[in-house]
Amino acid sequence: MKHVKEFGVILAVSFCGEILHLLLPLPVPASIYGLVLMLICLFTKIIKVENVRTTGYFLIEIMPMMFIPAAVGLLETWPALHRMWLPFCIIVCFSTLAVMVIAGRVTQMVARLHNGEDA
Amino acid sequence: MNSIFENSAFFGVVISLCAYGAGVALQKRFACDWLNPLLISVLLTILFLRVWRIDYQTYSNGAELLGWLLTPATVCLAIPLYEKFGLLRRYWKAIGAGILAGVLTGAASVAVCAMFFHLGHEQYVTLLPKSITTGIGIGLAEELGGSVAITVAAIILTGIFGNIFAQQVCRVFKISDPIARGVAIGTSSHAIGTAKAMEMGPVEGAISSLSLVVAGLLTVAGASLLSRWI
Repeated sequence: MKHVKEFGVILAVSFCGEILHLLLPLPVPASIYGLVLMLICLFTKIIKVENVRTTGYFLIEIMPMMFIPAAVGLLETWPALHRMWLPFCIIVCFSTLAVMVIAGRVTQMVARLHNGEDA
Repeated sequence: MNSIFENSAFFGVVISLCAYGAGVALQKRFACDWLNPLLISVLLTILFLRVWRIDYQTYSNGAELLGWLLTPATVCLAIPLYEKFGLLRRYWKAIGAGILAGVLTGAASVAVCAMFFHLGHEQYVTLLPKSITTGIGIGLAEELGGSVAITVAAIILTGIFGNIFAQQVCRVFKISDPIARGVAIGTSSHAIGTAKAMEMGPVEGAISSLSLVVAGLLTVAGASLLSRWI
């Protein structure tokens, strides 16, 4: 019963996220509204973390699998892509690498500056 | 034979899960980071569909169920974020600076590449939202007049790239701090990368979740403000 209850709470928050997505004219998906809502509910203790924790971490653990259908769906966009696939792949890989390195190094640098001595 | 697949509600999920299981088993057997379970499962599924001549629609009839779980799973990313909120309070300057630098690097690197390959404005705005989560990225590409199908492809490819290479990149570029790793992964490769950050550690995962949300919102805000010039 515990898992049913937890899953119910998570789905209810997702549903509220969907409602916000319909009501507000911003390009923000229901899942992001839901995430922020869940965070607010946890902080205000409307939802106790014990009441979503087990199922929540289970869902996070199996998250990579949820991307399989969308990634297999790349097959479908191939006709639109095949003319520019090489620049496309180079841009995607180069830009992702650049963002990852810069974001990580800047964070690390500022955190160490903040912490003082330990470099 | 195909009609069995076409009428099945479970075939798509079963083949995806089996492929993922095979990916995990291969990674364990050869103890190699490059054998990424997500990548292997996608390739195996595509191969299977090709060999049996099953079209994507038939597969996605059932497999959609997995995508359906994505919204509740994303909502649950709030839980590690809540549990590690003290870190965020303590390091908010570093985290904020990292995310901002990442978002700017993303826009600049795509612009430089677009110039290098002589791509037009439409391709530029198509690729611009590649580092942010699909739901936000689609909205942004539509708003700026890009091609949504290609944006989705770029977003997913970005995520898979991040998922596969996150560990190596952090090692090679000496990003050792778990908070910095979280920011790096969440800012560059959104939810698919965050799935990897979760495996790396709870701090990485929590900060990565935060970064994907903040980077997504920052990109939308920035692009909407600057849309007249880009």
